[in-house]
Order: sequence, then structure tokens, then C-alpha cells
Amino acid sequence: MSQRIRIATTSLAGCFGCHMSFLDIDERLIELSEKIEFDRTPLTDIKTLGHCDIGLIEGGMGNTENYELLREFREKCDILVSMGACAINGGIPAMRNSFTLKECLETAYVEGVGVTDPQIPGDPEIPLPLNKIHPLHEVVKIDYFLPGCPPPAEMFWTFLNQLLNGQPIEFTYSQIHYD
Amino acid sequence: MNLKAAARLGGRIGHFSIDGVRLPFREGQTIMAAAMEAGVYIPHLCYNPEFTPHGSCRLCVVRSNGRHLAACTTPAAEGLEVESHTDELQEQRRELLQMLFVEGNHVCPACEKSGACQLQAVAYYCGMLAPELTYFYPQRTVDASHPDIAIDYNRCILCELCVRASREADGKNVFSIADRGIHAHLQINSSTGKLRDSDLEVTDKAAHVCPTGAILPRNLGYNIPIGKRPYDQKPISLAGDVADHEESS
Ligand code: SF4
Ligand code: SF4
Ligand code: FES
Repeated sequence: MSQRIRIATTSLAGCFGCHMSFLDIDERLIELSEKIEFDRTPLTDIKTLGHCDIGLIEGGMGNTENYELLREFREKCDILVSMGACAINGGIPAMRNSFTLKECLETAYVEGVGVTDPQIPGDPEIPLPLNKIHPLHEVVKIDYFLPGCPPPAEMFWTFLNQLLNGQPIEFTYSQIHYD
Repeated sequence: MNLKAAARLGGRIGHFSIDGVRLPFREGQTIMAAAMEAGVYIPHLCYNPEFTPHGSCRLCVVRSNGRHLAACTTPAAEGLEVESHTDELQEQRRELLQMLFVEGNHVCPACEKSGACQLQAVAYYCGMLAPELTYFYPQRTVDASHPDIAIDYNRCILCELCVRASREADGKNVFSIADRGIHAHLQINSSTGKLRDSDLEVTDKAAHVCPTGAILPRNLGYNIPIGKRPYDQKPISLAGDVADHEESS
């Protein structure tokens, strides 16, 4: 039991859709749990990150907290995986890259429909948004990419099994899509 | 070789091979045209058999006698041995595709063309998992001024199929490519630069040849749901080009 593969996961500028899709491997999670154990992940609610074999990250890097967490994952995970469209190319959140940050904040918090007390939030507790959303591989080295919005459950299953068995990673045609 | 195919071709017939498979060609035919007629798939984006080959996307580059040649502009020749589906060429294609993706803004989950897009389909076929380059995130616009056709410049790969279709098939001159190099962009030839003020009509060929989601006939968007589109079902090598599916998508 002590030899189980340790996996951490997190969502940066993502929607948790990739995590939901991962859970769609359904009862195979039980089989998987004999081979893996979770470290920090929203699935277990463990908040601190230890040394891990695999780190799976969904979402691009959009604020200062994302940046710190991404660096920490890279330091502590032997294999780091960009999971899903947002981690790979910024995805939907990166559509804000065509606008300045000021325009985005003003549209949401000042001019937005139904805004009653217009002001741009400045609480020090809130991570500072970056000028642009960045794909993860622009910031740290990424070892594997799992495309899809979200990647299908079958892709997670194939990937983890091949990785755990030391096989080359190969997906079928129907497992690869960018949407 | 298949005699029926040869009979269909007419004209002087020769033979050449792609990845060891013997194929017929008619004199003057390019490697691409002969391959397509014989049902052998060579990845391509700027080629459409209806228009003059352009040779710009380089996806169709094959190897013969130690040289790299664009299949869409190189004539087939008797006894020519062509390699196409090799690890080296597929790797090169993945690199080209990555560049095409990072040069524009391709947000497939939010694109109406997803699943019926040739850029995406060729990337699937070549096994590209992700563009691993730095994204340009260029600032580009959407032109929704025309009642029947929209253009999203974020998705244009400058293949010039619309340019050629407008000139060669429609006898118009709605599109052109302006500027050079990194600044090259598609331009509408109208007094305002807007599609509304051009003479493009939804029945024009040029409105139906775009291999990506850059030129879209309006109000058809999600008639075929995501997941049920041509390349959701089959790889492009079996499903054929976007132009073959355009009417129904
Ligand atoms: S044009 Fe094709 S590659 Fe680009 S966003 Fe649309 S579906 Fe994706
Ligand atoms: S709009 Fe479409 S057809 Fe025209 S150049 Fe761009 S990608 Fe090609
Ligand atoms: S298809 Fe030959 S260069 Fe584009």
C-alpha cells in the first residue's frame, strides 16, 4: 500500500469541469484508488502540497495566486500535466486577452448590468489579476498535455493507466478533441 | 492499381507511389490531385481541387528523392516514390499546425465550427495534443455587418481559399491579403472594409470554402450539434474536406 502513486490536482483559471470529467471514470475510481493516492486536491480538500509523482492542473494562469501555486506544483510534482483547454491555451478566460485589464474590470464592476455600488475590488485578500491569461507551459515546464473542454473521462483513464504501467502515451482518435 | 480508377482518369496515364502504394496519375496532375482522386489522404489546408493551388500552408509537404516538395504544386511523375505518412513529416506537420494555432485566437470550445473545422481536423489527424509554443494573442476583430455571413478574423489562417474562390468561381474580388509577414491579414475589398458593403452574397462559392471558422454563413450555427459533426465521427482522411460538408453544417 505504501507504494501507491501520489497525485495532486488543482484548478487555476478553470471551471472545475476537468475535475468533473475525471470523476466520470466512475466506478473505475475504486480500481484506481488501489494504485494511487491523493495529495492536495479539491477532491479530498487537502490544502497543503507534499511531494507528488503526478500533478494535474486545469485552468490557465490568470492571477498572482495562480502563479505561486503553479510554481509550487512544478517544484513538488515529478510529472506535471496541463489538463484541458484552459491550461493549454488559456481557453475561454483568455478571451479577455483582447482587452486591457482595466476594460475588463470596468465592464464587470463599474458599467456592468445591475451593478449598484460601482467600484473595482481592491481587498488585499483578493489575488491580483494579471494583464493576460497565460497557458501553463509558458511559465513552467509541462510534461504532458490532455486536450479537451473537458478532456473526456476515457482520456484520463487511458493516460493514467499507460503512465502507471510505463507504456508510451497514446490516445485513440475519439479521445482527442479540443472542444 | 485499380483499373476502374485508371479508366475513369482518361488521358495519358502514368504511375507513381505514395508510402509504397502504387497510384495512377494523368499527365500534368499534381501529386495531391492524383492522391485525392485515388482516395489517398495527404494532409492539406490551402488546397481545394476546385481552385488554383496556392502552396502556402506547407501541410502537404512530402518527401521524394531526399527532397521536400509541396504535394499540391508538384506534378506527379512516372515512377516517383513519395513518402508522406512518416514520423518525420508528421512531426513537421504538427509543428506547422502549432504555429497556425498560436498565431491566431482559436478558442475551439467557443467556436461554432468546432467538429467541422479542417484546421482542427488536420491537427487531430496529425496527433497534435497541444500547441507548445508561446501564444501571440493578436488583437483581431469580428465583422458581423453582413446579414448572411460573418467573419471572425481571429480564426483566419490566410489560406486564401476565399480570395481564390471569389475571383475564380464567383467572378468577384471580395477578398485580398494585405501587408506582409507577421502583419499579413485578410482584407475585404469594399469602400468601408466591411463585409456589408462588399458584393459578397451567401450563395457565392467564397462564402463556403473557408477551412476554419473564419467565414461563417449565419443562422446555421448549431443545426448540427457538437459531438455529431463530421470530424467528431471520423478522421478527416475518411470524412473528407470541410468544403465537402459545408452545405450541411
Ligand atoms: S476555427 Fe477551428 S481551430 Fe479555430 S477555434 Fe474554430 S474550431 Fe477551433
Ligand atoms: S477567411 Fe478562411 S478561406 Fe479566407 S484566407 Fe482566412 S482561413 Fe482562408
Ligand atoms: S495544401 Fe499544399 S501547401 Fe497547403
